[in-house]
Parts: sequence; C-alpha cells; structure tokens
Amino acid sequence: MGMTEAILLTIATAATPLLIAAIGELVVERSGVLNLGVEGMMVMGAVGGFVIANLTGNPWIGILAAIALGALTSLLFGFLTLTLAANQVATGLSLTILGLGVSSLMGEKFVGQAGEKMGNLDIPILTDIPLVGPVIFGQDPIFYLSILLVVAVSWFLFRTRAGLTLRSIGNNHHSAHALGIPVLRYRYLAVMFGGACAGLAGGHLSLVYTPQWVENMTAGRGWIALALVVFASWRPARVLAGAYLFGAVSIGQLHAQALGIAVPSQLLTALPFLATIVVLVLISQNVRATLINTPAMLGRPFVPDR
Amino acid sequence: MTQKSAEHLLQLDGISKYYGSFKANDRIDLSIMPGEIHALLGENGAGKSTLVKMLYGSLQPDEGQILWQGQKVNIANPAEARTLGIGMVFQHFSLFDALTVAENIALAMPKDQKLSDISKRLEAVSQEYGLPLKAGARIHDLSVGERQRVEIVRCLLQEPKLLILDEPTSVLTPQESEDLFKVLRRLSDEGTAILYISHKLAEVQALCQNATILRHGEVVADCIPANETPLSLAKMMVGDDIHEIAPRATGSDDAKVILKVTGLSATGLTGFETSLKDVNFSVRTGEIAGIAGIAGNGQNELFAVLSGERTTAPDMVQIDGEPVGGLSILQRRKKGAMFVSEERLGHAAVPEMSLSDNVVLTRHGLEDDLQTGPFVRHGTARKLKDKITEMFDVRKGNDDPPAMSLSGGNLQKFVLGREVMAGAKLVIVNQPTWGVDAGSAAQLRQNLIDLAATGAAILVISQDLDELFEISDRLATMAAGELSPFVPTAKTNRNEVGLKMTGVFAPAEGAH
Repeated sequence: MGMTEAILLTIATAATPLLIAAIGELVVERSGVLNLGVEGMMVMGAVGGFVIANLTGNPWIGILAAIALGALTSLLFGFLTLTLAANQVATGLSLTILGLGVSSLMGEKFVGQAGEKMGNLDIPILTDIPLVGPVIFGQDPIFYLSILLVVAVSWFLFRTRAGLTLRSIGNNHHSAHALGIPVLRYRYLAVMFGGACAGLAGGHLSLVYTPQWVENMTAGRGWIALALVVFASWRPARVLAGAYLFGAVSIGQLHAQALGIAVPSQLLTALPFLATIVVLVLISQNVRATLINTPAMLGRPFVPDR
Repeated sequence: MTQKSAEHLLQLDGISKYYGSFKANDRIDLSIMPGEIHALLGENGAGKSTLVKMLYGSLQPDEGQILWQGQKVNIANPAEARTLGIGMVFQHFSLFDALTVAENIALAMPKDQKLSDISKRLEAVSQEYGLPLKAGARIHDLSVGERQRVEIVRCLLQEPKLLILDEPTSVLTPQESEDLFKVLRRLSDEGTAILYISHKLAEVQALCQNATILRHGEVVADCIPANETPLSLAKMMVGDDIHEIAPRATGSDDAKVILKVTGLSATGLTGFETSLKDVNFSVRTGEIAGIAGIAGNGQNELFAVLSGERTTAPDMVQIDGEPVGGLSILQRRKKGAMFVSEERLGHAAVPEMSLSDNVVLTRHGLEDDLQTGPFVRHGTARKLKDKITEMFDVRKGNDDPPAMSLSGGNLQKFVLGREVMAGAKLVIVNQPTWGVDAGSAAQLRQNLIDLAATGAAILVISQDLDELFEISDRLATMAAGELSPFVPTAKTNRNEVGLKMTGVFAPAEGAH
C-alpha cells in the first residue's frame, strides 16, 4: 500500500465519526430539536463500546453497546426537553458535561488496556487493485455504514412520508399538532436516532480509529459535528462534504507539520476548522435555499394545549 | 321537529370548557343541518376558537356531548375529526411555509397516497372550484389569499361533510372575499355544511342562513341573520350599546407638512420580506392619513423605516422639514414623533415587565425626571403609568401588573397612551385595533381622532378597511411594496381600495 492510499484511508477514518454524529444530529435538528449533547453521547458510546468489547472480546458487540448507550443517553435528554419541555440549550450542555464525567468514571479501570480493533475489509483481488482497491474495498465496516447512513437519511427525509412529516414538525410544530401529527413521538424517535448515531461515532473512535480508551477521547469532535450540521444548512450531502473536507485538512495539516513547513503549528491546527467553515459558508450563499432548509422551530419547546 | 332533529349533521349539547375557574365555554348548544351555512358570531375572547378546537379534536370538552349524524362521538384528535368528515380552515394558517403546496396537502391525507397523485388531484379540484394553485409552489412564495386557497383545497380533497372556517376574510380583499363566498355557496348547494366564524356582521348577513352568537363563553342568541340589522347583531355580540365615533371637522388650510417621505426604497430584511419601491407621501398637521393593504405587502417594512428600526438615506424621511432617515428611534422621538408598532407583546411592550418599567422603555431620554444619571427613577415612572392608565381607561388586575397580563384592548390603550401623552407632533400607528375587543377599538379610534384635533399628524397603517374609512381623511393602499397615491376618503370606496390591494392602481379593463 502506497503513501497516497494510506493518506486517503486516514482521511476516511478521521471523517467517519464526524459524519455519523453529524448525520444523526441533522435528523434531530430537522425535527426542530437542538441537542447540544452530541459530545456527551459520543463519549458515552466510546467508553461503552470499548468496555464491552474488552470484556467480551468482540468489537461487534462493543459497537452495539456503543449505539445502545448513545441512544440511552439521548433518552435522558428527550425526557427532560420533550416531556418536561426544559430548555434545550441548557439541557444539551449539561448532557455533554454529564457524559464526560460518567465516561471517565466508567472507563477508569480500562485506561491503557489493549482494545479490540475492528479489522478492515479485505476482499481478495478487489482490495489489491492499486489506489482504488484499498480505498473502496479495504476500509473498516463502519465506513461503509456511514456512507449508507447518508444515503438512507437523504432518502428518508426527502422521499418518504415519515420524512416529510418530520420536516413539517421542524418547520412548524403548531401546524403539525393542528393536523393531528404526534409531534413529541416523532421528536423522541429523532432524538434517539441522533443518540444512536453519536454512540456509534464514539464506538468508531474507541474501536477503529484508536483502539484504546483515553479520558475525553472525543476531543471536541461532537462540537465539530454540531457545527457541520449548521454550516451544511441541514442537508445530508453537504454534511458528507463538510466532514470529508474537515478530515482531509486535518490529515493534510498533520503531514504539513511533519514536513516542517514554516507556518506556526497553531495556525495549521486551526486550519481544518477555518477551511470547513469558509467553504460551507460560501456554498450557503443562497438565502432562499437556506431558509427552506432551516428548521424554523429549532430549539423551541413544544407544549400541546389542553 | 323530531323528524328534523334526526337529520342534524352536528349537534352540540351543553359543551363546556374550563381553564381553572375561567369558563371559556359554558354549556354551549348548537346544531347544524347538512348544507347549512351557520355563523358563529362573537367578539375576540368570546370563546369561538375554543369551541371549534373541540369540534376539530385539538381540545377536549370538560362537559357535554357532541352528536355527529345522530351518534354520540368523542373526537380525540384532528385525525379523527377528518375521518368523520370535519375539515377546518384556520385563521392563522396551519401551513408549513418551507414545504410545497402538494407536500402541505399530503400531510393531511391518508398515508398511502402518493405525492404525484395528490398533486394531480389538488390541481384538478382547485381548477374545478376556481381556486387556481400550483402543486410545486413553496408556501412562503404565495400571497395570503393563495395560502387560504391551499387550506380550502386541502379540506375539499377530503370531501368533508362539515367545513369550519375561522375568520376567513380577515386576510382577503373585498373581491377575494366575494370569490370565497361563491365557493362556499356552491359547497353548500352540494350538501356540505359550513360553520362560519366571524365578527364581520355584513358578510354574515350576506352569507349565512343561521347564526349562533357567543358572549363571554355563553350562547346569548340564535337568530336568522337576514332578519336582523347590523346594529341588533352587534348589540347581541357586544352586550351594551356600541360607541359611535363623533364626526369632526377636517382639513384646515394652514396645515403644515410634518412627515414627508421621498423616493423611499428599501430591500426586505430576509428573503421572505417584501421590499419598498419608491414610496412618496406626506402627512400634515391635524389629519389622519390611512394606509390600507393586505398583511405582508410592505407595511411592516414601511413602519420599520419610519420609526427608525431601520435607517435609510437621511433625505428619504423628513420630520417637520428635517431629514431623519439616518437617525435612531430615540432621536426621532426627541423630535416629537411617536410610534405604536403592530405587535403589542414583544415589540411595543416587554411581556414580563411591569407597566411602569415599560413606560421607561420608550420614554427615557424624553422625560427629564425619569432618570438621574444612569439610574431609573421608578417613582416617577409609576406616577406616569398611573396618569396613562387613568387618562386612557386601562383596566388592569392590580396596581402595576406585567404587560402580558393585560387584555389586548387594554394593553393597546396603554401603549397608545404611553406614546401620545408627551404631546406628540407625529403619531405613526401600525394595526391600532388588531385583536382588540369592539369597545376598546372604538375608544382607540376616538383617541386618534381627538389627537388629530389637537393638531398632531397621524399615520394609521391598518388591514381593517372599515376602520380606515371611519377615521382617516385620506387613504392610500400598499401592494407588493408600492404605495398608491393618497385620495380623500370621501372620494373613494371599498371596491376601489380593494382593487388597489391587488396591485391594480389604475382601474383596468376586465377587473370586476
């Protein structure tokens, strides 16, 4: 495997957790709910996935545990913000703090232990094709799942009746309620899907990206996922583009630092953030299109009248 | 009669709804026959909306029963209401403005129907009833009248037996209203019953066969509107005698131009807002100038530019000969201009703050004794609040309640009072009586007339044509960001103004 393939593979590995967490949050926000707890749910997924994989010796069971733990954490958020109509921003922030704390506690005994790495795909002949082979046929299974998720979420949102209903709730929950749509039920499901995705993204970190458990190992990726959703103006294809752009610039700047380019390293470290924001802002210049895609009810609690 | 009652489509039997000790609906009886157009008349807050929400399943009655085609039914949610055959057109439209017409309609249809089939059917039905619509259009690109069409077509596709319309003409021009009545009469002929909610007496008389009148949550009368006069209907609705506006002498020759707007153009704030296109007019001392128009045609942008919420080139807006286009709201207030914005809560007043604090918000910097250095003098503010509430007859629960606890009418009186107490030279009011009960509305109009008599120049922006014809000396109409020339109110009529609302400023051929 040559240098180019290696770089392309690391870009995909860096982008995948961002993409998964962001696509989950995109569904949540399309329903009108703002869950700032992505980082917390992600880190819960990371610790849960690592611990279960370590105990069972099976990374697949670890991934399932990561998904379940992410969804469970989001259910707490759902109960507070949907059933009790608490402030979504405050609750989401608390969820992040809670997740970081609880995960440190849960993973205390596992710091420094060897993890179960989920292997890459290896299809004879196909994977051996130069350049294309490893990139298309030689990645980890979660990578393929992430691409599938983008396609599935796009199809769900824009081609199915349930997706239309979800978007309508995010656009105007009062009207949706007046039509008899169960607003809170849809939002619960959306929030749990977002949690499951964040959990899966965390599991990818601790079982594929760096198969070990380190405290706060999400290192702000949940926040980047959140930002990606907004800058991608709530469109799945743009989330994909944003995540890969971020991944590419992150990996690129690492190589640039290694080569000793005469640019302050702090600037290079900031480059992925700058580049992603600039590009996504530039492609969101169409005000009309942005307005159509922005969930108007974002962050607003819904209390049905009695 | 027993024979007849079996044919009733809908019967309400002693329906009540309580909020704590407040009776929103108190033992309401009402019955509707198939094909009947039945009016539900009442003032704002009389309980009309609560009643129809129960019929449509968004609220549950606390007492009483609903009989549908003779059977007792329990309408748990709007979907069940639709299954029974009850369709509803809301006053504040229940549409999703980021979605297309077809998507909006699909959301109310059974889940197994394809979007492409719904598109075809909706275009067919809209053609048939003379309510032209494009399936692929986005709601926020549509006019208010077109949005109502979407709601009506959405109901028609479900082939309802009962169609409920909540204040359907409040957003329409007189011509559009006539078109709507034609559709409703046709539906009635085809056997669809219509429950028509309104407080506009003339149209109820023209359209409805029967009327039920609500006041304070109770049925005060059942009548045949054609046999009543507007005054007798109004008396049943309001309960006491209607305040008549005192006529006044208008147009003194030495009137001086106070507000002058020249070549005013402005872009909309967001992609959805109407921009202003070369608006020119002036308002003189002692007169009330009225601007008519359907909501969303640039009135709010005009108000924002005049009040200083948005600034323009200095010369575009002049107050008393001075260019003020670039000045802030406070600087304009200091020149004797006062502004009453459309939204009472959240714009003209901070809902959670007490009345005296709300006084400070617009009067600081004008009353020297409202502050000492950086500190607010609450005592002075409270005295000013007392003066305003007394002079303008603001009724409130306790001495200094939060603004949101006042009724619409009382808060509007307070807001107007706060603005004009200082002896304004120029008063600009946006929708002075929107959502205000009839008694307060009459008083507010009288206040504006009295104010003009003291020599103030007054500009009233309103959607209520009756109001404008009642109080204004000259009238202009806004449509799509353009303002028609002002004409004396006495020399125009509702039809002419209605035509202008659609953007036809010169009488065109083929218009009816």
